[in-house]
Amino acid sequence: MPPMPVIRLREPLKRLAGGRSEHAVDGGCVVELLRELERAHPAAKGWILDECGDVRRHIHVFVNGELSAPDARVGADDRIDVVPAISGG
Amino acid sequence: MTELLVGTRKGLFVLQGEPGSPFEVTERAFAGDPVEYAVRDPRSGRVFASVTSPFYGPKIFYADDPAGEWEQAEGVELPEGGETVLERIWVIAPGAAPGTIYAGGDPGVLFVSRDGGATFEINRGLLDHPTRPKWEPGAGGMCLHSIVPWPGEPERLAVAISAAGVWLTEDAGATWRRGNQGLVARYVPEDVPPDEVALCVHRVHRAATRPERMFLQFHGGVYRSDDAGQSWADIGEGLPSDFGFALALDPADADSAYVIPLTADVDRVTPDGRVRVYETRDAGATWQPRGDGLPQDEAYLTVLREAFDWRGEGDALELYFGATSGTVFGSGDAGATWTEVAEYLPPVYSVSAGGHLDDDRGAGAGG
Repeated sequence: MPPMPVIRLREPLKRLAGGRSEHAVDGGCVVELLRELERAHPAAKGWILDECGDVRRHIHVFVNGELSAPDARVGADDRIDVVPAISGG
Repeated sequence: MTELLVGTRKGLFVLQGEPGSPFEVTERAFAGDPVEYAVRDPRSGRVFASVTSPFYGPKIFYADDPAGEWEQAEGVELPEGGETVLERIWVIAPGAAPGTIYAGGDPGVLFVSRDGGATFEINRGLLDHPTRPKWEPGAGGMCLHSIVPWPGEPERLAVAISAAGVWLTEDAGATWRRGNQGLVARYVPEDVPPDEVALCVHRVHRAATRPERMFLQFHGGVYRSDDAGQSWADIGEGLPSDFGFALALDPADADSAYVIPLTADVDRVTPDGRVRVYETRDAGATWQPRGDGLPQDEAYLTVLREAFDWRGEGDALELYFGATSGTVFGSGDAGATWTEVAEYLPPVYSVSAGGHLDDDRGAGAGG
């Protein structure tokens, strides 16, 4: 299998995604990867992306440690972290 | 033993105790997350909670035991691909048909479950109503906050939306019509066309023994309908303020209603620093203050619309309300005397006293 970007999740998203914190997911940009992740793990549907397909307001996505937009391109060796934003607490 | 489900800014609190006494916190769930509302379906015993994580969006969870495992209900979302998202679920209510559970939320949407609350679907009649583009939200968003079934007639239902008014259906939600005749919105000029007025209804309940009678707390005004919500008459005369959110009824007495007046829309606290519940037993012709045991000095509380509920009926009617200060008050004698049920909770969003069906007078009340 060719290398794919890896999404890293924390609780409660980790639990909803089968209990695994790391997920190799194929896709061209951040939101495509997240959509694919939710498709593979239906229990997580609606927790990261809203009904409009956007990343929820108080969730931040980092690509290799850099806060990134939903349409940011992602490469095979990239690491994507999905974390709650401090603005939501 | 009475069970209270108290939704707060920081989780769900389950309180248990005897009427007239302080209650014990027996369980806390969803710690840290806002719990808008929780209710126990008296038919199944299942507890439902509306949880609005600021990170992960609004969800409904259910459990047979609030101390056990909670499952997420499916289908609580707007259709994909639209331009709006579900902001919050404000209220959850058992319906008149077996296994039916309703949920109301922002932006003015109704969900229905026919399998006891495991899966929901959105009501398209209300979602696609041609007047929706003209609907306006209130300060709390465009919340569908009151769901009022008709005892024994599942096809008939009333809902209320702030600030889109009262809506009535007689075909199980396939079609909806307005039920706002007589409501006067003092906050807009008098010459605004009636169908363009944002009608900020705050709470609606139906009399259990006389279903065509309903009571309504408005954004300035307390009203009664004797024709199933088609038209409304102002009954706020005699109250220190006719602004407020919370409303309760005695299921045994169709002439009864309880309100908790707040000073005004620009000052949403108990008037004159005194906490008083007002009771009518003549359908709103007169009101009597019920404050024995409630704070009467420098007490400026805010009681939200879902934070007032009842259980039982008649002389044994229990009344409970919570304030955003974190205190819950209760009465075991139909409002004659009050005690502090709990204090130092997070800001209280809702209080539910066991859940009820409108045609099940002895089981409790609320919604």
